[in-house]
Amino acid sequence: MSVPETRDGANLPTEIMELQMGPSHPATHGTIKFNLKLEGEKVLDCDVEVGYLHRGFAKSCENVTWTQVIPYTDRLNYASPLINNVGYALAVEKLIGVETPPRCQYIRVIVSELSRIFDHLTCCGMCCSELGAITVGFYMIEAREMITRIVEALTGARLTVTYVRVGGVKHDLPVDFAERVERTFKIIRKLLEDCDGLLSRNRIFIDRMSNIGVISRETAISYSLTGPILRATGVNYDVRKTNPYLVYDQLDFTVPLGTKGDNYDRFVCRIQEIEQSMKIVEQALKNLPVGPVWIEDPRFVLPEKEKVYNSIEGLMHHFKIIMEGIKVPPGETYFAVEGGNGELGFYLVSDGAGRPYRVRVRPPCFLAMGAFHEMIKGYMIADIVPTFGMVNMIGGECDR
Amino acid sequence: MPETSPSLQEIQDKLGPKVLEISQFRGDDIVVLDPMDLRESFRILKEDSRLRFDFLSDITAVDYWKKKEPRFELVYQLLCLQSGKRLRVRVPVSEENAAIESLTPLWRGANFLEREIWDLFGIKFIDHPDLRRILLFDEFKGHPLRKDYPINQQQHRVPERKVEGTFVDERSHNKLLRLKKTLGSKD
Repeated sequence: MSVPETRDGANLPTEIMELQMGPSHPATHGTIKFNLKLEGEKVLDCDVEVGYLHRGFAKSCENVTWTQVIPYTDRLNYASPLINNVGYALAVEKLIGVETPPRCQYIRVIVSELSRIFDHLTCCGMCCSELGAITVGFYMIEAREMITRIVEALTGARLTVTYVRVGGVKHDLPVDFAERVERTFKIIRKLLEDCDGLLSRNRIFIDRMSNIGVISRETAISYSLTGPILRATGVNYDVRKTNPYLVYDQLDFTVPLGTKGDNYDRFVCRIQEIEQSMKIVEQALKNLPVGPVWIEDPRFVLPEKEKVYNSIEGLMHHFKIIMEGIKVPPGETYFAVEGGNGELGFYLVSDGAGRPYRVRVRPPCFLAMGAFHEMIKGYMIADIVPTFGMVNMIGGECDR
Repeated sequence: MPETSPSLQEIQDKLGPKVLEISQFRGDDIVVLDPMDLRESFRILKEDSRLRFDFLSDITAVDYWKKKEPRFELVYQLLCLQSGKRLRVRVPVSEENAAIESLTPLWRGANFLEREIWDLFGIKFIDHPDLRRILLFDEFKGHPLRKDYPINQQQHRVPERKVEGTFVDERSHNKLLRLKKTLGSKD
């Protein structure tokens, strides 16, 4: 029992209270439990319990073909399913040793960035509405809804998209895609401007975000944090820049960095990344080359239906791919892409059969939850809400 | 073995006999290290001024049941933040003595990653501060990512846990007791 002194010198006895927050709590969107040690309202220690959404992603992947893993990856980070698709497909292609045609690469960049905008809008919007800025929440969800409509027009699904394939994408962009995106971005920019007006001089918002959940640069690196959380501390690490994949090295964009590593910096980083992502999409649409969206290799790509019905080779290839799965040469590889929350890596091991021997996802928010106690120690219990919101824990990815 | 890159050659020079094998595959640098004094080897990889693999991207394990001896292999993905160079370190671990030095003193992020490997593969980490299950519940039997764990394996039901110091709402508790009495429930 510790006895802190109050302002007028009187000693009030306090007891350290243990409180379990979660696993089902309105502020913990995603099932997660915090075992808190509190002194009054101050958090002394926080033990994070994850795993409530564990569904055996890796084990399931070992029992299906390489192509059938793609729908599972949709359900990892369900705020940016397209990036997961792209990351997995790129990892498998690296293991095979093929490269997709330029148009396919541009399309993958476009869908990744659309997904990133979607992810950041969800994260920021939800966090704001939890802090009482419901209007901002609605504005951002409205913007997100428009991205969802584009994704729906492109892939046919709003969330579980399964758009990217090993060796290509499901189909080409729809005809009016560029105009649609242009129209949408205009509205999103207006909405974000409105949000900026509502937030950036808002005393309540700044007081609850600024200097809360601070993590130092060294601690962030030591905890293997990536993405906006690491960049908010000023470390310039973005997989798109340090290990460029697809056509990111041909596109012009900057990586927004913070200085203090608090919640406000994370928020600003994310909002600025939305703008950068929109810039990337616009550039990619402008430079979009003409050509096929699939590699020309019957070992990995399903033949066209015309060939399947009219030729014996087509039918055989179709049958082989569907029944046995594509054959990935034996070996192992690690490939990382920049996901919504940071470095999303896929470590794949193949034994040469039609099924993956091992699929490992490096989940950025699992590692961020490992550092959560560092971010919240010494702050108030109410600060858990914005800090957790800015970590952007996605249960599907964290628990797999 | 294909021709080795300069950084791999340097690792070979720095770590000497600890390096069991160096190779390259699809542009990735791969080093196989001896599990003895593993932390010391990683400390050199992390702190050596020429190598500077200061960022631990990921730790995972692979189970090569009936395919390879020793059975397990730990896989570390390292990154040099300055140059963006990546290195994959593989460490063989035998089944009989499935224990290896923890890297938590070097990178605190290793804590969660190693807990996950203990949970799913049953590989122990020496000097780990808090080696509990993380994704699965404490009563779980076995380690599901081992290849000899069948995918349709079921687990026993877990009785309700009594947590010390849990707050009990007396009113709802009494109401429940009354209800049980009227319904004639035994427990």
